[in-house]
Amino acid sequence: MDSIQRLGRWAIGTSERLGRGYLFLMAILAGIPSTLMRFSLVIQQLYSVGVLSVFLILISGLFVGMVLGLQGYYTLVDFGAEESLGVMVALSLVRELGPVVSALLFAGRAGSALTAEIGLMKSTEQLSGMEMMAVDPIRRIITPRFLAGFISLPLLAAIFSAVGIIGGYIVGYGLLGVDDGAFWTQMQTKTDLYADIMNGVIKSVVFGFVVTWIALFEGHDAIPTSEGVGRATTRTVVHSAFAILSLDFVLTALMFGEV
Amino acid sequence: MPLIEIRDLHFYRGDRAIFKGVDLDIYRGKVTAIMGPSGTGKTTLLKLIGGQLLPDQGSIKIDGQDVHQLKHAQLYELRKRMGMLFQSGALLTDISVFDNVAFPLREHTDLPESMIRDLVLMKLQAVGLRNAKDLMPAELSGGMARRVALARAVSLDPMMIMYDEPFTGQDPISMGTLVNLIKRINQSMGLTSIVVSHDLEETMAIADDIYLLSDGRVIERGTPETLQNSSSEWVKQFMKGLPDGPVSFHYPGVGFEDDLLRSKAAK
Repeated sequence: MDSIQRLGRWAIGTSERLGRGYLFLMAILAGIPSTLMRFSLVIQQLYSVGVLSVFLILISGLFVGMVLGLQGYYTLVDFGAEESLGVMVALSLVRELGPVVSALLFAGRAGSALTAEIGLMKSTEQLSGMEMMAVDPIRRIITPRFLAGFISLPLLAAIFSAVGIIGGYIVGYGLLGVDDGAFWTQMQTKTDLYADIMNGVIKSVVFGFVVTWIALFEGHDAIPTSEGVGRATTRTVVHSAFAILSLDFVLTALMFGEV
Repeated sequence: MPLIEIRDLHFYRGDRAIFKGVDLDIYRGKVTAIMGPSGTGKTTLLKLIGGQLLPDQGSIKIDGQDVHQLKHAQLYELRKRMGMLFQSGALLTDISVFDNVAFPLREHTDLPESMIRDLVLMKLQAVGLRNAKDLMPAELSGGMARRVALARAVSLDPMMIMYDEPFTGQDPISMGTLVNLIKRINQSMGLTSIVVSHDLEETMAIADDIYLLSDGRVIERGTPETLQNSSSEWVKQFMKGLPDGPVSFHYPGVGFEDDLLRSKAAK
């Protein structure tokens, strides 16, 4: 009986949280027009959410591209197809690794910071204080951060893919002696703007939306204690990772028709 | 006519009743203190007055407007005329003292920056922290943070201000400064002040009217003098700070002897 009660309590609790998350998202979306009128608020957040994540994305993208170059070369060389290294690296990055890995890194770097920031603002009564000053915290604090996350992630994913391709080129051409003309021309001819690049962009837009929503909701819904904020930050990273990987499967199945 | 009228206020947290029919009147130009032991819902009462919580029954009218019947935009309009000083100060930690005090002015007015600067300096001068304008909130002591929060709360020249435990955790000098400021600002700006506190001496020094709350009800109401001379056992216990009396020292539950006997029987 206890386990049934626990299951029921868990189901009710989860439904309530989902409902609160949905209402929270509606409030964010309703605040977008007024936030767009004060775009300077978004620009401030683009710096802390996006610009400060660039270094991590650059370094990670470079190494992921270099590893792809190495792994791809050792597989392709067996078939005498090492000239296709460029297209293999590019497609892997723009279709899959660029959006997914940059979203996972974004959730760990910017998502957790957003949750901690909003959670601490709640626990130190800054959000309550704003309400009492007749300033809607959703419009003043949350929506600019949401827009910044939503705008930043596709750009970060593009940077990740671009740097990754350079990493693959450094390894392929610089270390392993792949012909650089073949590397770039095969990449250009076999990478399609719509089927590959745009689908990757759509993925990163969806991930940016979901990760920023999760991060802001967890912060806003956190129990206002140090333990509560800590748990919320952990939940942001875990839930974002689940959401990114499961949505990646769904989006891949829908867009690339592989299932 | 009172500025704030609270009638038959009921509020529950889960199954626990915080208020079981509270009636309160807060008059214009006065400093009204809401006092009572910890956990009686004093801060909750301020949140109900500010429209941040919804009562389960009853009404709160401010300047004739029922707070909980107002639409979102109307409630925010009303809040522009209310100031609130939170226990923690609730300053925005990522901006300076100056920007914190300027925050409501920048959000709600189209005043030029030069005028905002003058207004902020005037408010900071009033709380004695004009020269701390460039400090960040993390660099302020607790007392200074509350004074900055007070300057911010009055920056839009509100009609009323609510103080949530303004004296808690203050050293004697900060305490004295805050007591003087609350009284002085109330008089000079023609405000109506509500002070929620359990610091007897300081609150008695500035309050015109005191409500004592306990167990979800108003136990006593009066001026500091009438409460000091009250014959009620509860009021005497509270005013003299006696550890035991109508408010029991021990958390309610099983008696001590029963508990001891039970543990022996268990062995």
